[in-house]
Amino acid sequence: MATATYTTYLRDQEANLSTDPRHRAPLVLGDHNLTTVTDKITDITFRPASRGWYIGLCVSLSLLSLLFVSIAFLLLAGVGVWGNNNTVAWGFDIINFVFWVGIGHAGTLISAILFLFRQNWRTSINRFAEAMTIFAVMCAAIFPALHIGRVWLFFWLFPYPNTMAMWPQARSPLWWDVFAVSTYALTSLLFWYMGMIPDFGTLRDKAKSQWAQMIYGTLSLGWTGSCRQWLRFERAYLIMAAIATPLVLSVHSVVSFDFAVAQVPGWHATIFPPYFVAGAVFGGFAMVLTLAIPARQMFGLQDLITTRHLENMCKIMLATGTIVGYAYAVEFFTAWYSGEHFEQFAFLNRALGPYSWAFFVMVFCNVVAPQMLWIRRVRTNPITIFIIAILVNIGMWFERFVIVVTSLHRDFVPASWAMYIPTWVDLGMFAGSFGLFFTMFLLFCRFLPIVAMAELKTVMPQARLTHGPHRFDYQPDPDTPPELRRGGRWT
Amino acid sequence: MIDAVGAWGRDERVGKIHESGSLVREGTWAAYSQHREMFQGHSSHGPAELQLFDPPSSFSHPHAWGMSIDLTKCIGCSACVIACQAENNIPIVGKDQVQRNREMHWIRIDRYFKGPAEQPEFVHMPMTCHHCETAPCEQVCPVAATVHDSEGLNTMVYNRCIGTRYCSNNCPAKVRHFNFFDYQATAPNEVRKPWLGIPDTQQNSEIDPLRRMQFNPEVTVRMRGVMEKCTFCTQRIQAAKISARVAHAQGRRDTPLVKDGEVIPACAAACPTQAILFGDLNDRNGRVASAHADPRAYQFLEELQLRPRTRYLAKLRNPVSGSPDHPPHGEER
Repeated sequence: MATATYTTYLRDQEANLSTDPRHRAPLVLGDHNLTTVTDKITDITFRPASRGWYIGLCVSLSLLSLLFVSIAFLLLAGVGVWGNNNTVAWGFDIINFVFWVGIGHAGTLISAILFLFRQNWRTSINRFAEAMTIFAVMCAAIFPALHIGRVWLFFWLFPYPNTMAMWPQARSPLWWDVFAVSTYALTSLLFWYMGMIPDFGTLRDKAKSQWAQMIYGTLSLGWTGSCRQWLRFERAYLIMAAIATPLVLSVHSVVSFDFAVAQVPGWHATIFPPYFVAGAVFGGFAMVLTLAIPARQMFGLQDLITTRHLENMCKIMLATGTIVGYAYAVEFFTAWYSGEHFEQFAFLNRALGPYSWAFFVMVFCNVVAPQMLWIRRVRTNPITIFIIAILVNIGMWFERFVIVVTSLHRDFVPASWAMYIPTWVDLGMFAGSFGLFFTMFLLFCRFLPIVAMAELKTVMPQARLTHGPHRFDYQPDPDTPPELRRGGRWT
Repeated sequence: MIDAVGAWGRDERVGKIHESGSLVREGTWAAYSQHREMFQGHSSHGPAELQLFDPPSSFSHPHAWGMSIDLTKCIGCSACVIACQAENNIPIVGKDQVQRNREMHWIRIDRYFKGPAEQPEFVHMPMTCHHCETAPCEQVCPVAATVHDSEGLNTMVYNRCIGTRYCSNNCPAKVRHFNFFDYQATAPNEVRKPWLGIPDTQQNSEIDPLRRMQFNPEVTVRMRGVMEKCTFCTQRIQAAKISARVAHAQGRRDTPLVKDGEVIPACAAACPTQAILFGDLNDRNGRVASAHADPRAYQFLEELQLRPRTRYLAKLRNPVSGSPDHPPHGEER
């Protein structure tokens, strides 16, 4: 048996990583059929959780309580508990905001843009990438909401009729942010939930306890899997993908306006929107890989999230990472070519000033480390991929640190130059945001369908009637008229 | 000590010994008397006359408030800083907060030393809100808490401010100051122990009654979480405008408008050398309009097209030839 499994493994690995253009590589490995895929995914929910999951949840919950303690202290005492000062008025708050929003980009990119481009390999990873997006945007939203001096008046950012006869100031990029991020969060949430409806139906049908049946039954909104429901579902899913696609590009463009529209040297640059979007996709894929590699190990999903999936994500990281590296270089060129003192100083100071260590951490993690992905053996080995993904996560955080802090700490007037030193509350909120993120993610892994079962089945050979080893699985109903047999997904 | 990059940036802006920078312009009397235009057109971006967009509406009705600060006259005594602090209820934040760069002074004296540490040349540059007509702070505030009034004041609406601090980031002079804590509710030596309480109720209940009597009743006491900045002593402007209008209505005065010298902000009133002048730029013969017309007058960061209402008058030195700190005329640049 062991030998047979090993032979299957070797055969699968060869097919999985094949570069032969005449054959499509299989997207699901092992001897899976439609039933075993369902069992594999629903077992995660209905079997008792592993010890690793409980340990992970305990660590995450501890960090989450650190977040709550830090927030409570912040609200009671004032923004002064952070390291921000009059010169560097934004610090960890905005760095973390941009960092988390950036991470939130990969999910919708995978689920919407790759869907429109008919990249079928996305089906194994889109569900938890989308979940990651939702949780990352939640983490992101904490920081701008709490960074303001009078948190209890945050609703003044929203346009609502009021007795002051005051509306927000439409020229401010911060206000654009309110809309960009809330639209993105809402659309991603709807898209994510809608995609899960058929899988909630499956979970409802597999559930043994009455509570689970009720909860999943409610969430599935009465899904029966009828032909009409599928038709509507797929049409709606396509429309949602089309709505979500421009948002992937718009959110981080608008976030970049927070900087590009300001006049601070090092911020005021037209390259920011595309540079930020590329960086967001880069960092987002790094986070998807950071989560996918341990998750597929923990839940035994190597047949569904295959090495080829990891490799594809590495290729996207390589492409976007190269754009980011190019943007770093172009910023320096522009500064030099402008002949403008303040611009030139901002970039010299970035590379050689007091925060040069942060700059070089950023360059190493975001530009040098991903170059290893040109090597096929590196990008097909989960361990090396994981290391590089962690480095990219670190590098993308430092990118935001470099942009926010090094530009602000020495701007125009030398007398007002200052250094920025974060406090324990800054660090606590940053670590705590990871607690929130991982708590949500671990709960998601345990209680929601981690892989889009229904979608995944459409890319398995069993979904194709005319060829493939499992042709015999399908017994066409002789009463079905031929024109219906040909229609839709059953081609 | 500053690193090499910082020293380079500072020297470009402030100038090395015996040199002028783009931010702090200075020269010798000898050179200035030869060439009166020597302080013009020093922006790091070249001449900025050609602009794509029309200048904003003039903010000059009925007055156009402006200021001039003469760097030659400023002796760096800091009387303006203290006068402003007393006038405008500016909190004393304590050593710890000052070390964290959170001082609240609406006007400050930027001090630059040039040359050897044993015998430096120095410049004092009073720095306060320039009330830019195209104020960068106003454009980025999401709740319109800082806006321009019709007379060119860049006003700060404390009640509206929610404290995003974006304005401070975008202010090139860094003259906006944020209430990181409830500074007024705590004694200066206690600010490290943050005040715990319900934030919105501090004004009456938390401030010590004796300290409350120190405040200028004409000026708001700001709470935690809002930005504050120089107002050109708007309370004094209002007082002068009201008494002028009343006097005019009673027939004791020929005009309802404020005349030159009738509004003196706290900093200007305290300045022993009269380096700071304040007045109406609409009054062509006024002291401030004349100062702005002086060949020594220059705009702070004119390449940013801020159209500041405050202008500096370049620093003139008249070194004694051959004295230890100045080379003989022949060796000067």
